[in-house]
Amino acid sequence: MTATSSAGHTRRDFLYIATGAVGAVGAAAVAVPLISQMNPDASTIAAGAPIEVDLSPVAEGQVIKVFWRGKPIFVNHRTKKQIEEAVNVNLASLPDPQPDSARVKEGHANFQVLIGICTHLGCIPIAHSGPYDGYFCPCHGSVYDTSGRIRSGPAPTNLALPPYQFVSDTKIRIG
Amino acid sequence: MSGHSTYQPQSAFMKWMEARLPIASLIHSSFVSYPTPRNLNYWWTFGGILSLMLGAQILTGIVLVMHYVPQETMAFNSVEHIMRDVNYGWLLRYLHSNGASMFFVAVYIHMFRGMYYGSYKEPREVLWILGVIIYLLMMATGFLGYTLPWGQMSFWGATVITNFFSAIPLVGEAVVTWLWGGFAVGNPTLQRFFSLHYLLPFVIAGVVLLHVWALHVVGQNNPTGIEPKSSKDTVPFTPYATVKDGFFMVVFMIVFAWFVFYTPNYLGHADNYIPANPAVTPAHIVPEWYYLPFYAILRAVPDKLLGVIALFASILILMFLPWLDTSKVKSARYRPLFRQFFWIFVAVCLGLGWLGAKPAEGGYVIAARILTIYYFAHFLIILPLLGFIEKTKPLPNSIEESVLGHGAAAPKKA
Ligand code: HEM
Ligand code: FES
Repeated sequence: MTATSSAGHTRRDFLYIATGAVGAVGAAAVAVPLISQMNPDASTIAAGAPIEVDLSPVAEGQVIKVFWRGKPIFVNHRTKKQIEEAVNVNLASLPDPQPDSARVKEGHANFQVLIGICTHLGCIPIAHSGPYDGYFCPCHGSVYDTSGRIRSGPAPTNLALPPYQFVSDTKIRIG
Repeated sequence: MSGHSTYQPQSAFMKWMEARLPIASLIHSSFVSYPTPRNLNYWWTFGGILSLMLGAQILTGIVLVMHYVPQETMAFNSVEHIMRDVNYGWLLRYLHSNGASMFFVAVYIHMFRGMYYGSYKEPREVLWILGVIIYLLMMATGFLGYTLPWGQMSFWGATVITNFFSAIPLVGEAVVTWLWGGFAVGNPTLQRFFSLHYLLPFVIAGVVLLHVWALHVVGQNNPTGIEPKSSKDTVPFTPYATVKDGFFMVVFMIVFAWFVFYTPNYLGHADNYIPANPAVTPAHIVPEWYYLPFYAILRAVPDKLLGVIALFASILILMFLPWLDTSKVKSARYRPLFRQFFWIFVAVCLGLGWLGAKPAEGGYVIAARILTIYYFAHFLIILPLLGFIEKTKPLPNSIEESVLGHGAAAPKKA
């Protein structure tokens, strides 16, 4: 009794702090797997491997939809008129300014490859619709042009582009 | 809980028990001898109805889990299997899906009751905040449950709601991937939603216990908004409140049964009988009716991040209600101006609900903007100001006087 009161901070205080510190580290270490298990698992990531898409059957004016990593990818074989409209836009008038050339691969402006997920809250826009003959999202009315750039509505940014490259003139690899 | 137990154990066993676990006297003091204001009206029966609905949802839910399969390729079919093959499966599922709606009907009445009679004011602030927490948990539970049948509305509702978190600057995308357990809503999402849908009702039950505990510390409010002063102002919970609650529970169950047996899909969406298709979004995606006012607020704001903030703010603002309302008088009965603004507020909420179901275009959006601004103004401008400018009516001296009139109360008082 006398020892604890006179000596003040001694063994019990040390135990108190040491226990608290080890306990906190332990709790943090347990939190890591508990949180991490919710991220995509190995099989989900493996299922996201690159895919190849043959573009030769896609007619001019046609939009096809393929799935990569569970996301719909639009491949739009654009017409001359659509490309012209996408190029001849006053960039300053766009909410998320980006030239059409930055949204296609050089020399392949006729094919536009987009992630078909509205950047607002994730619905799938409808191709060939809306005032710009681009994409229209039925959920909350976002309007995209033929380059997939946001023109009006609540979506904050242009439709995203997946990582992809042309392996030949009529074939792309997504991923 | 408030130390007024008059419970006397009779049998030898109960005496033995009382000395070890005094649960009988706790129940007695909470639900038998507990003093309730003598002037409670039927709006006070919804707390009991809510407890009953929670129990009913847990019961039907546990039974559904015996037949449901939380797996992407099987969930939809297992629900159809419940509907067609399982004995009384159609009934159990309709009880559960309509039960969720009735649960929300009851909670909305319960909350508006609290607002009308000023039940959130001192000393009931914590009681009110616990109620708002229960409401938030209910919204989460209802949303998670709605994804389980894995129909088109399930899938796209889950997509849109989880995407709210993509509005968070910088880490938004990472948070959403973490919520999904994939790069889109899919099987991992369904499985974790099922796990949480099973868990949350029990969390709700825990918070309900805190809510009832807080209630029994401060006592019930009543239509006059003045606190009971003597035993003449109160009556014992049993039989008075027990019978009144029981009667209205039965009335409520009749309405519930009417939905279940006559129009079980009225409050749902036909699209949810189409299996989830990640390639096509339905033309009109609308949440369940009980979220519509908040959905209207989300869509009224033309900016993604601000829209999501407005949606959450419109719910969280309820937590601050006890301090936003500056009037010392609780009940709208004695607040002539507040009473009018209260009904306007109810109309605005219903209006927002109606707009939430309409397409987000043209006049609907403009109307939703006006009502959204009014919704926030009610809390941030009207309620704070009313406390200063309103001339309230004189309050009765006691609950007894308000019930029996001056003549009856005066002689006994003197
Ligand atoms: C707070 C209480 C609860 C609410 C508000 C609630 C709400 C819902 C809703 C809205 C649905 C979708 C119904 C449909 O459209 O078919 C649902 C489905 C489901 N719930 Fe619950 N629920 C609650 C408690 C529970 C509990 C405690 C369990 C399990 C222990 C459970 C298990 C299920 C199952 C298996 C389904 C899928 C079958 C179906 O769709 O009918 N629920 N829930
Ligand atoms: S999800 Fe496309 S506009 Fe909201």
